[in-house]
Amino acid sequence: MSGIEEKLREIQEQAAEEIRRADGMDRLNEIRVSVLGKKGSLTSVLKSMKDVAAEDRPKVGKWVNDARAGIEQLMEETRMRIEEESMNLRLRSETVDVTLPARTPRRGHRHPNTIALEEVERIFIGMGYEVLEGPEIEYDEYNFTKLNIPANHPAKDEQDTFYITDEILLRTQTSPVQARIMEQGKLPIRMIAPGRVFRSDEVDATHSPSFHQIEGLVIDKGITLADLKGTLDVFARELFGPDTKTKFRPHHFPFTEPSAEMDVSCFKCGGKGCRFCKGEGWIEILGCGMVHPHVLEMCGLDPNEYGGFAFGVGLERIALLKYEIDDMRLLYDNDIRFLNQF
Amino acid sequence: MNTSLSWIKAYVPDLDVTPKQYMDAMTLSGTKVEGYTELDKCLDKIVVGEVLTCEEHPDSDHLHVCTVNVGAEEPLQIVCGAPNVKAGIKVPVVLEGGRVAGTHSGGSSEDGIQIKAGKVRGIESRGMICSIDELGSSSEFYPEAASDGIYIFPDDAEVGADAVELLGLHDAVFEYEITSNRVDCYSAIGIAREAAATFGCDFHEPEIRETGNDEKAEDYISVDVLDEELCPRFTARVVKNVKIGPSPRWMQRRLASNGIRPINNIVDITNYIMEEYGQPMHAYDYDTIAGHKIVVRRAEEGETFITLDGQEHTLDNKMLMICDGEKPVGIAGVMGGENSMITDQVKTVLFEAANFDGTNIRLTSKRLGHQTDASQKFDKGLDPNTAMLAMNRACELMEEFGAGEVVGGAVDVYPSVRKPVEVPFEPDKINELLGTDIPEDQMIAYFEKVDLSYDASKRAVIVPTWRQDVLRTCDLAEEVARFYGYDKIPTTLPSGAATAGGLTYEMRIEGIARDTAEECGFSQAYCYSFESPKVFDRLLLAEDAPERKAIEIRNPLGPDYSIMRTTPLGGILTSLSTNFNRRNKAVRLYEMGNVYLADSFPLTSLPDERKKLTLGMYGEGDFFDMKGVVELFFDRTGISVKPEYRTDAPRPYFHPGRQAKIFLGDHEAGEIGEIHPKVMKQYGIGERCYIAVLDLKTITPLTSFDRKYTGIAKYPAVSRDISMIVPKTVTHAEIEAMIEQRGGRILEDCRLFDIYEGAPIQPGFKSMAYSLTFRHHDKTLEDAEIQSAMKKILNGLNSLGIELRS
Repeated sequence: MSGIEEKLREIQEQAAEEIRRADGMDRLNEIRVSVLGKKGSLTSVLKSMKDVAAEDRPKVGKWVNDARAGIEQLMEETRMRIEEESMNLRLRSETVDVTLPARTPRRGHRHPNTIALEEVERIFIGMGYEVLEGPEIEYDEYNFTKLNIPANHPAKDEQDTFYITDEILLRTQTSPVQARIMEQGKLPIRMIAPGRVFRSDEVDATHSPSFHQIEGLVIDKGITLADLKGTLDVFARELFGPDTKTKFRPHHFPFTEPSAEMDVSCFKCGGKGCRFCKGEGWIEILGCGMVHPHVLEMCGLDPNEYGGFAFGVGLERIALLKYEIDDMRLLYDNDIRFLNQF
Repeated sequence: MNTSLSWIKAYVPDLDVTPKQYMDAMTLSGTKVEGYTELDKCLDKIVVGEVLTCEEHPDSDHLHVCTVNVGAEEPLQIVCGAPNVKAGIKVPVVLEGGRVAGTHSGGSSEDGIQIKAGKVRGIESRGMICSIDELGSSSEFYPEAASDGIYIFPDDAEVGADAVELLGLHDAVFEYEITSNRVDCYSAIGIAREAAATFGCDFHEPEIRETGNDEKAEDYISVDVLDEELCPRFTARVVKNVKIGPSPRWMQRRLASNGIRPINNIVDITNYIMEEYGQPMHAYDYDTIAGHKIVVRRAEEGETFITLDGQEHTLDNKMLMICDGEKPVGIAGVMGGENSMITDQVKTVLFEAANFDGTNIRLTSKRLGHQTDASQKFDKGLDPNTAMLAMNRACELMEEFGAGEVVGGAVDVYPSVRKPVEVPFEPDKINELLGTDIPEDQMIAYFEKVDLSYDASKRAVIVPTWRQDVLRTCDLAEEVARFYGYDKIPTTLPSGAATAGGLTYEMRIEGIARDTAEECGFSQAYCYSFESPKVFDRLLLAEDAPERKAIEIRNPLGPDYSIMRTTPLGGILTSLSTNFNRRNKAVRLYEMGNVYLADSFPLTSLPDERKKLTLGMYGEGDFFDMKGVVELFFDRTGISVKPEYRTDAPRPYFHPGRQAKIFLGDHEAGEIGEIHPKVMKQYGIGERCYIAVLDLKTITPLTSFDRKYTGIAKYPAVSRDISMIVPKTVTHAEIEAMIEQRGGRILEDCRLFDIYEGAPIQPGFKSMAYSLTFRHHDKTLEDAEIQSAMKKILNGLNSLGIELRS
């Protein structure tokens, strides 16, 4: 009987020695089979139980089980150690050069005009303005007459209009949308109307026969020139930065009275004067004014009750200024080396 | 319009400002100054010198060595190359260290050129004798100056005096941008009135002396105006015993500031009056006026007339003519005739200062293609009350200059006199409009600054006739605002009820279109709405193709921009071509813009403007990549109906076997295809190029953002793959439709996962493999159910001539 105990100790010690020396999971499994398998050394001890006296069997059985538990625990610990080591080895081998170039999805780019437009839309939508559109091919009546520019008015010449017929033309401004919206009579009105306009200008670095404007119109009771100044002041600061200052100069538009042109302080030099603003410190941005009472009347509104302001800003002008594009033709070339910069 | 500062100061003597201050303040009060030039900017240390001796340079055949007295103790030795230099003349001399605007060799710089002492061919020279060009002007504006040589002062010029002062060059010239409503400011007097008001100085309008001898103008000339509408006023005076000569220096300088060349006293006076009062005048040689009679009438259709510049014009019956007893002598408001022009032999001059209908003058000069300084003044619509003032001012100057004997009286045909307008004064309304709280008397003070007088008894503002822009309260408000200062008006935000704001639904869909295109690698292009009519041939469109019915622009920039596009293809192909020519690789562009479709011509109502999303690419990707972009857009906009690709009506600009019209239900939503090689050649694109065009106006109503959760399937799906041999003519769409129809409700999905042509598949056939997924909504499917569905499907496919692959 003590021989069995001796044998068990031998098996256990030998197994422990082999497990310690095991260098991988394969070897560990071999050991498992050779010790704990059907023909394993420990199993063969169990098989020899039939030779043990019946009263000793419980005791021997416990020895065998203790030996097995001891070996199994050692094997489990070793397995965990081997796995940890092999994982560490793999992780070490998988190290990458994190400075290699990134792989980004190849996205397209939005046109700077659209980026500028979306910026303007964001600002005015935040102030409760609707964004609306009108036709690009327009009646003379909306483009001129209802804007206080009657037949033979010199302003019609100044704008170099493309005509289709005597009555139908390519709109020279987005202002006809004002008349269309006022005529609908849904008050109050707070809207901007972006869109394409056309003037008979030859293509060069600063001119294009087709460009874009954004019209603005507010109609309500008790609207003042001060409201116009305040609104455009907010617009300028949102668009060009919080330190932007505005300057309003008297001007003339047939459809507003009083009228003004608005300059913003040069966002490049802060108003000190630089090449960008031609030393002026100011950059002309837009035209605006209080809607002329005759325009209100022609659009079916009572100027004694309602009034408002309007403004118009060139989209390309904003895009050229904001993104420092020096040639308007780039906007219509559609060269991807240009577009990819936005 | 330009004026010099000294000219304005002639009417506003107290004005004491720098050019910069003047520009800024005038701009802020509404008379925009675009810029200014300081005439003496480049001139420094230039004095009157007297040439004492003038010897030939020993070492040159054209240089002279002069000694010049410049008022210093010692005369200066100066080498001078001018042909007209000689002893005894008085000349402008720039001293050592001084500056001039240019040199003999034509060089110039922004700040002038500094003159240093030095040797000219071995002879010391301490300064320079200047020509008028070196002083920054030209003999055009100084008619007395030699065009080739140094400037010579009159003998009475004081040696050592400031030569720049003597030449009237210590001055600044302003360029104004006058708005079309301020007709009065197209004159020096109008601007001076504004300047006086802006700077709070007194305004001194010229006081015109009465002129004329004992004779009567009406004994010399009679005037008959046959068209009072086009000629509301005609005034005439006569000057006899005319002596042609130069006009005085001050007048020449003022004309020069406006870029007008001095000619002689009579021409200069008429030009000067035009700039001073804004009233064009005309001077006729009285002795050429037949019958000593002026008749103002419309031209006869087709009548021809030669103006004093020698050009012949053909007239029409809307144009107004000035005639004498026999013949036309001038086109009213545009230009006088050759037959009655002033020559050096003139003895008696007939002056005309008339008022013509501005619109008519503008249209006349436009039709004649002949714009003159006069027509440009008249076409603004002048105040008829200025005509007589201008006439009398001209006669006063004639007398003052000793240019002739003014005949007494004037002929004045002025049947309906224009009277000042009264505008009710409503200070509360003005403050309400401006958002200010300006006291009433302050407003009145602003008005009076610009001669808008206040009549307390009528509680009205009396607007002088030269101010045609002040008609209503809002116009008075502008006067208040500009003198109160736009900068002092507060900044507030509109009160009133809040409004929601936002984009229209169409704009949201456009936004998704942009996002989708960009996500797929397409960059946004902007193309013109104009097209060339050649585009249709380039796109191989048939003679009767609907696209050819394009709206034509009556006055296009040129043939390439002469129609409004009916298809967006030209624009995107041109842009792709630009990129291809610039060797940009793998280009993807999209554009969103309108095409313009008309029902009938000529246009009587507005055309249908249809917004198109156009996608174009070359270099990477094929037809099915493009199709993927289209379907991603449909998916993003919640279009539930399955797009159908029809090939029954091929378009000529696409590859005949690689194109389709895209239908959403019955709606034609767009088209997609590979560009035909012939079209690619037309546009010079050397790589396969794919285009898709979507009509957003059709698609938008089919979009939806309603989403309802339907639950995640609880029961397992079963999939079956089938691999088959398909006749080449059978399309995927047909197979898919058959599978879907036969598969019934338990068929969840049907997906093509392999397609192959070529050996070992027989010619005329292709191998296709589909993966089918079955699932029941509320139970686990039994094998028998799937077997039955598969059997139906396979039978159906069989009917299409499809065999299962063994």
